[in-house]
Amino acid sequence: MGWFRRAFGRRGIYSELSEEMRAHLDEKVEELVSEGMSRRDAEFAARREFGNLGLIEEDGRAAWRWEVFEDFWADVKYGLRGLRKNLGFTVVALLTISIGIGANAAVFSVVDAVMLRPLRYPNSQELVALRQNAPGAGGLTTFVDGLRLSASMYFTYSEHNRSFQAMGVWAPGSANVTGVGEPEQVDTISVTDGVLEALEVAPAVGRWLSHDDQVPNGPERVMLNYGYWQRKFGGDRTAVGRNILVDSRPKEIVGVLPRGFRIVDGNFDVLLPLSFDRGKATLAGFGYQGIARLKPGVTIAQADGDMTRMLPIWMDTFTNGPGSNPHIYESWKIKPAIRPLKDEVIGNVSDVLWVVMGTIALVMLIACANVTNLFLVRGESRQQEMAVRAALGAGSIRIVRALLVESVMLGLMGGVAGMGIAYGGVKFLMAIGPADLPRLEEITVDWRTLVFGLALSVLSGLLFGLIPALKYGRSRGAALSRAVAGRTTSASRERHRARNILVIGQVAMALVLLVCAGLMIRTFDAMRHVQPGFTDAHSLQLMRIAIPDSLVKEPERVTRLQQAIQDKLAAIQGVQSVAYGSDMPLEGFEAGWDELMAEGQNYPKDEIPPMRLYKFVAPGFFSTAGTRLIAGRDFTWQEIHESRSVLMISDGLAREYWGSPQAAVGKRVREFSSAPWSEVIGVVEDVRENGVQAAPPETVYWPSMGVGLYGSKEVQVVRNVTFVVRSARAGNEGFVEEIRQAVWSVNGNLPVASMQTMQDVYDKSVARTSFTLVMLGIAGAMSIALGVIGIYGVLSYTVSQRRREIGIRLALGAQRENVLGMVLGSGARMALVGVAIGVLIALALTRGMSSLLFGVSAHDPLTFAMVALLLFGVALAACWIPARRATRVDPMVALRYE
Amino acid sequence: MNKDKARDLFPGALEMMVLRTLKRQPLHGYALAQHIKRTSNDLLQIEEGSLYPALQRLLKLELVKAEWGTSATNRRVRIYRLTAAGAKHLEHEVSKFEQMLEGITRVLAPGESS
Repeated sequence: MGWFRRAFGRRGIYSELSEEMRAHLDEKVEELVSEGMSRRDAEFAARREFGNLGLIEEDGRAAWRWEVFEDFWADVKYGLRGLRKNLGFTVVALLTISIGIGANAAVFSVVDAVMLRPLRYPNSQELVALRQNAPGAGGLTTFVDGLRLSASMYFTYSEHNRSFQAMGVWAPGSANVTGVGEPEQVDTISVTDGVLEALEVAPAVGRWLSHDDQVPNGPERVMLNYGYWQRKFGGDRTAVGRNILVDSRPKEIVGVLPRGFRIVDGNFDVLLPLSFDRGKATLAGFGYQGIARLKPGVTIAQADGDMTRMLPIWMDTFTNGPGSNPHIYESWKIKPAIRPLKDEVIGNVSDVLWVVMGTIALVMLIACANVTNLFLVRGESRQQEMAVRAALGAGSIRIVRALLVESVMLGLMGGVAGMGIAYGGVKFLMAIGPADLPRLEEITVDWRTLVFGLALSVLSGLLFGLIPALKYGRSRGAALSRAVAGRTTSASRERHRARNILVIGQVAMALVLLVCAGLMIRTFDAMRHVQPGFTDAHSLQLMRIAIPDSLVKEPERVTRLQQAIQDKLAAIQGVQSVAYGSDMPLEGFEAGWDELMAEGQNYPKDEIPPMRLYKFVAPGFFSTAGTRLIAGRDFTWQEIHESRSVLMISDGLAREYWGSPQAAVGKRVREFSSAPWSEVIGVVEDVRENGVQAAPPETVYWPSMGVGLYGSKEVQVVRNVTFVVRSARAGNEGFVEEIRQAVWSVNGNLPVASMQTMQDVYDKSVARTSFTLVMLGIAGAMSIALGVIGIYGVLSYTVSQRRREIGIRLALGAQRENVLGMVLGSGARMALVGVAIGVLIALALTRGMSSLLFGVSAHDPLTFAMVALLLFGVALAACWIPARRATRVDPMVALRYE
Repeated sequence: MNKDKARDLFPGALEMMVLRTLKRQPLHGYALAQHIKRTSNDLLQIEEGSLYPALQRLLKLELVKAEWGTSATNRRVRIYRLTAAGAKHLEHEVSKFEQMLEGITRVLAPGESS
């Protein structure tokens, strides 16, 4: 008896068994007959002696079976048959589940890729971002979210630390690359020695920038990022060793970074060495982000302590120049706040993603509630079947198991369909998701998503199968008599309780989702009503043009070149006005910060005055952008060309110093005590530089060219500028091309970068809010649709169950309005209870999303009231149809029906 | 579902008797049933049919072998025969059973304990 026969030859075994048993009976009968019994009696006697033929045969077969599995398989077959028989039910349930699972799996794959998976560096848990807080530093830290590192800090930390395997600092930037195709402005990242060592990623081609490449005035070398290498050199390995012109200076390519390489979240094309001159490093210049790899076993708290220990060394070793007090920074209360690199990469997007994940999970719960209800309704009509099974001896465990197998199977089928939906859903999420979503390129539907989907399928299958299974699995004998007798009894309260609770739960959850969506709508609305400091964003065309000093050295010639570009642009058809400045609001370029002292005010020597945002603008910038001039006047070209010491300030700064914008005009200010005075000639409205949700910073607007900036006695000019063109044609393809031609007609070596409209910039800055809004909107719509289906389904089923009762009532003289009121009333009661519970839950939960809200309280009464009313109204409408149907019950038909 | 109860004996008893009988000589199902009934003097209430599930279990454990053959009354029957493993198993079971029986007998014996 080999395993083969056992596995495949069971049919043979079974037939041998029955043949043998029949032979036994025959032999017995023969013997009894030969003893003189009649054949008929003999047959009976033989059977009696033998026992229950069917049961024994099954017992015999049982010896060969893998029992648990086969019973399970029988349940599966039975369940499939049940699902096929109720096709309508199955389709509706499958659709609900697959959409729910698909949406959840899609959002999960995003959450997983962005937040759960480790960063793609070896031992990435050792990587940290070196952040520091400086609560005493005024505006500086509110803008950049922490105090960045200066060159002198880099030297101090890298020379004296006891906690890091490697550490370095880096800064993003941009550069003009010429000589490879059209001139192009590319994103760069400059890194010091230590950054690449900390990240420990092998180059795709060539070698790393080494220590020797990072000495000041050393050989000029660069690395290319993978994408740029593919784009510009077609992945040619001989690119290594060649020279490219970066800002008009030849640089040797020494290597290519691997695909998908990033430093924190900054995408870039070219990696430049950052070499500080130790002799010239001052305390100030907090412009670099620090990165480090912790030594094994060193905790973040220990590393924080290590940095705290090094701060006095830093102040003892470096100065800001002769006569300055290095310990002035003690008033800044600098405190290290190292955090895992992963947190740095993810940033504040985790709030959004968790809210979206929570929302989608809630939709899944509502979907499960709906399917549970469907199961309950179907279970109602299958009571007869269950009762018969129970009466035939099936144990309640067996019945519960069969029902659960059925519901889990449905869940799994929904899961399979759901994975298809998830695949599309991820595409959709990536399309509508914030463009600056970190780790976007890592998002895929992979095995982790599959496992999640599978787990969710099984779990939801158990969830919506459990209540009906427990309810109907237990019903025994009493149910049989009722079931066999038909549905003559009126529905008891008991039978509806489970369904009513589910409907109430659905309404409550829908309310929570709708409140969240409503709060986001209010947020978006509030944001749209903020005066950002520019007007008609869609008719502002922006572009970046940088003029490196290797191309044009003298500041005066830079200004002439910029002016020539401005004139050419102004001549394009349909252009209203053109101007330029260091950057437009919300563009996210690294801004300059420094202190500003007003004449006649005393500043204590050992304290640093608050930091102000520094911007540089050419005449006409404010009128072109639509920034309102509140007092005084704009710069003139004459002032620029003569490098006069004039400047403009923001409304907030004027009020802070002199109480009103008008009073500020004519006052004198300077950057620090030894700098020349500059006269305030105008005040403009506050501008939301860092997003409409963030308070506008106090801003100083310097002329695009002038003397005395940053302590220099020479004329300084802003070389990296955003040109702003106001035109109805902004964003138009042909218009953009005309602009490029116009710029190149002035100088063919100038790349035109970041072509976009101000509307694009604005949309990007509110992308997280609009993404959350869209997601919550979709979830809210799904939840209200499911909720309506739930209420409608339960009520119409109840009405159909109560036809007899309603018929009796009508026959006994009840008015149709009474019947209508009765049905509507029961629906309204469920809706009201659901709304009330939902309001309570929402009050508790919405606090969690307050970081996403703007201009509206998490407990905004208007939103709560509107949503409650809306949901209640929709619920009543859903009750209307079944209620009307109830009034149309013909008493005679209803009574005769059974 | 209640296999053990249907056998009316303690689990394994029927199998033991079947093995013991087959040790004497190979038999087919009917002869086996008659033999057990006869030698037990009809003291044991065994349904004849219950022999077959027991035989199936023994077949599966390869304690017996079965071959189709012809009976004394010239019928096509399946003749069961003890295997080496079956003989060993029987020995083991019998000694286990004797131990158990002795234990039970001692407990049931009257008097003695004081």
